[in-house]
Amino acid sequence: MPQPPLFGSVDDVTERLAGVGYLASTAAATTVYLADRLGKPLLVEGPAGVGKTELAKAVAACTGSGLVRLQCYEGIDEARALYEWNHAKQLLRITAGQGRESWDETRDDVFSEEFLLPRPLLTAIRRSEPTVLLVDEMDKADVEVEGLLLEVLSDFQVTVPEMGTIAAKRRPFVLLTSNSTRELSEALKRRCLFLHLDFPDAELERRIVLSRVPELPEKLADSLVRTVRVLRGLELRKAPSVAETIDWARTLLALGLDTLDDDAARATLGVVLKHHSDAQKAAAELRLN
Amino acid sequence: MASPPPHGLPGHLVDFVGALRRHQVPVGPGETVDAAAVLGALNLLHREQLREGLAAALLRRSGQRAVFDTLFDLYFPIALGRGRSEVEVPWTPDGEVDLDALRDILADLLRDGDDAALRELARAVVDALGQAGGSGQGGNGPGQQGQGPRNWSAYQVLRQLSPETLLARILSDLLAGTSEKDQAFAEEVARREIRQRIADFRKMITDEVRRRTAETRGRDQVAKTAVPKQAEQVEFLSAYADQLAQLRRTVHPLARRLASRLAVRRKHAKRGQMDLRRTLRRSMSTGGVPMRPAYRTRRPGRPELVVFCDVSGSVAGFSHFTLLLVQALREQFSKVRVFAFVERADEVTHLFAPGNDLASVMTRVLREAELVTFDGHSDYGGSLASLVEHWPDAVGPRSSLLILGDARTNYRDPNLAVLRRLIGQARHSHWLNPEPRKQWGSGDSAALRYADLLPMHECRTVAQLADVVESLLPV
Repeated sequence: MPQPPLFGSVDDVTERLAGVGYLASTAAATTVYLADRLGKPLLVEGPAGVGKTELAKAVAACTGSGLVRLQCYEGIDEARALYEWNHAKQLLRITAGQGRESWDETRDDVFSEEFLLPRPLLTAIRRSEPTVLLVDEMDKADVEVEGLLLEVLSDFQVTVPEMGTIAAKRRPFVLLTSNSTRELSEALKRRCLFLHLDFPDAELERRIVLSRVPELPEKLADSLVRTVRVLRGLELRKAPSVAETIDWARTLLALGLDTLDDDAARATLGVVLKHHSDAQKAAAELRLN
Repeated sequence: MASPPPHGLPGHLVDFVGALRRHQVPVGPGETVDAAAVLGALNLLHREQLREGLAAALLRRSGQRAVFDTLFDLYFPIALGRGRSEVEVPWTPDGEVDLDALRDILADLLRDGDDAALRELARAVVDALGQAGGSGQGGNGPGQQGQGPRNWSAYQVLRQLSPETLLARILSDLLAGTSEKDQAFAEEVARREIRQRIADFRKMITDEVRRRTAETRGRDQVAKTAVPKQAEQVEFLSAYADQLAQLRRTVHPLARRLASRLAVRRKHAKRGQMDLRRTLRRSMSTGGVPMRPAYRTRRPGRPELVVFCDVSGSVAGFSHFTLLLVQALREQFSKVRVFAFVERADEVTHLFAPGNDLASVMTRVLREAELVTFDGHSDYGGSLASLVEHWPDAVGPRSSLLILGDARTNYRDPNLAVLRRLIGQARHSHWLNPEPRKQWGSGDSAALRYADLLPMHECRTVAQLADVVESLLPV
């Protein structure tokens, strides 16, 4: 069903996302624009803490859409993702109508709208307002859940056997995030556009830190970003991401430090590097001992 | 000057997709149609947006991006011929390139970290200096005429520019104004940053030379040699140091993927014996009729692992990677013991304890363990003998023995009897060989003779190693 696109151009995307506080790279802005124009879902992969979930929230905020979130976990099934029948209410209805109604009337009534508990996927399909559907941590769910998603993502319709097919009146903007702990199935990946959200470049990261921690002096932000980029170049078990840079900035401000010298770095390295072996290696290579 | 492709932009896109397929990036026809829709939706003049849009439609995995970028630069080049640039190369009055002034400009740009200007400088420099067969003969300097097709050389440009020698100067410039001059930490950070910028500049020069070569020689020729391999297809024995470092970064994600694949296999495996007590308990809710059987949970087997690995020469990179993988999967094993050898064996389990830094563990192994007795060439027979002599009870009836090496024993005695005894003591034994199967048995390799005693698996690339490890882990 043709519907007016949410964004006018790639620059429009960048501006509106910046308006709600999310500074997007060229890659992110271009793929969001294309996902909207082509009507395809967007699969976002990348290291932890670079802003994958934040992107969905920012898109919802800047377009005035409602955000419907499906948080995946190991063992999630159709009842939690798609829809479920309210069995208790159905049993009550049946016992209430015993003796007074024929089975045909009861059966038609029991499998109706009133007894259907919609879960996030069905909710997103049925809404007529602009919607953003976020399927978070898709890789934690099993392969069976991906099969459920295939019908939803390609045709934007859900089939409830007792009630028929429910098609979306308004196509939601779908965003899937993944931490790459598992290879997603080919059928799912083929239906989506792919965005690998990597660590931002120096200029963008500086702007992000300054927008999140406004009281930070520019010179300190600059040396923070440069140091974090050098840390990412070391072979560490877990490279620090944008969330850690922001935490480091907040820590330094809270401690009242305004330059990143040897002592400050030595004292606060634990904020950025969460593994002991990483902290030791960084201290040795950057000559902090 | 290349003529426009016969079928216009769609034909050019199909050629691009064909090149991607030839470099092992699987792109289906559906994705090509999506890419065409992307071309229709975007403004073609914004090159970076075009790059990201095509990557979004054609790629499905993060490891393929390096291949995509190189081919994109060949098929959608940034300029034709020399192109326009804001930065000009300085010339001396005799018509030669003024190298000192040029190095000054380069030092300033590296200090400021201005990527766009560095790229333009790279273009101008390659045009002026990059033609094989003499410096300062090309370009639009005074006294030059246009000539026929030329050969371009990155080595020549970089030899004359020598950006590494500018490091000390830029470093002192950067730290001069600040009070951090005496602080080791700030200096170290600045030094690494500038080294990274110099490496990036060298890559810009190489990319620019590749672009000019593609114009004269044709892009298929360049694509055959210049496109980097995906990380999973890099062969261990022929990898450079930085390729190996990049591979080591992928160990933890690989271990996580193997662990989750193993969990899926365990879930789908045979369910085991029925647990009668729990079944009857469950049947209480259905009036005494058992409707949902309960099974005894199977506890997954966790073997004791004894790893015996060759750390000489080129096999060291393979051993290092596999040991990192074993370390990352250590929850799957109840006990791991590691023995390294060159001419004789030594136990190095303590170097692989969880808290240690594993990226440089190989240098520690070679330094601290006693592995060399005579001349430093591998001796499989002698190492096996020393293992059995000093640690006779290391391989027990509950152990799985894993041998990593290429079986090249320099024509020494392969000592099959000792290996046969070890295999008899262990519960399972496997040999992982990084050489291609058709080279087993050639020259001084005793691989075929060892392969008669225990299963030997070929593990040339990370992809093969991951498959072998997954099939060996017990469900």
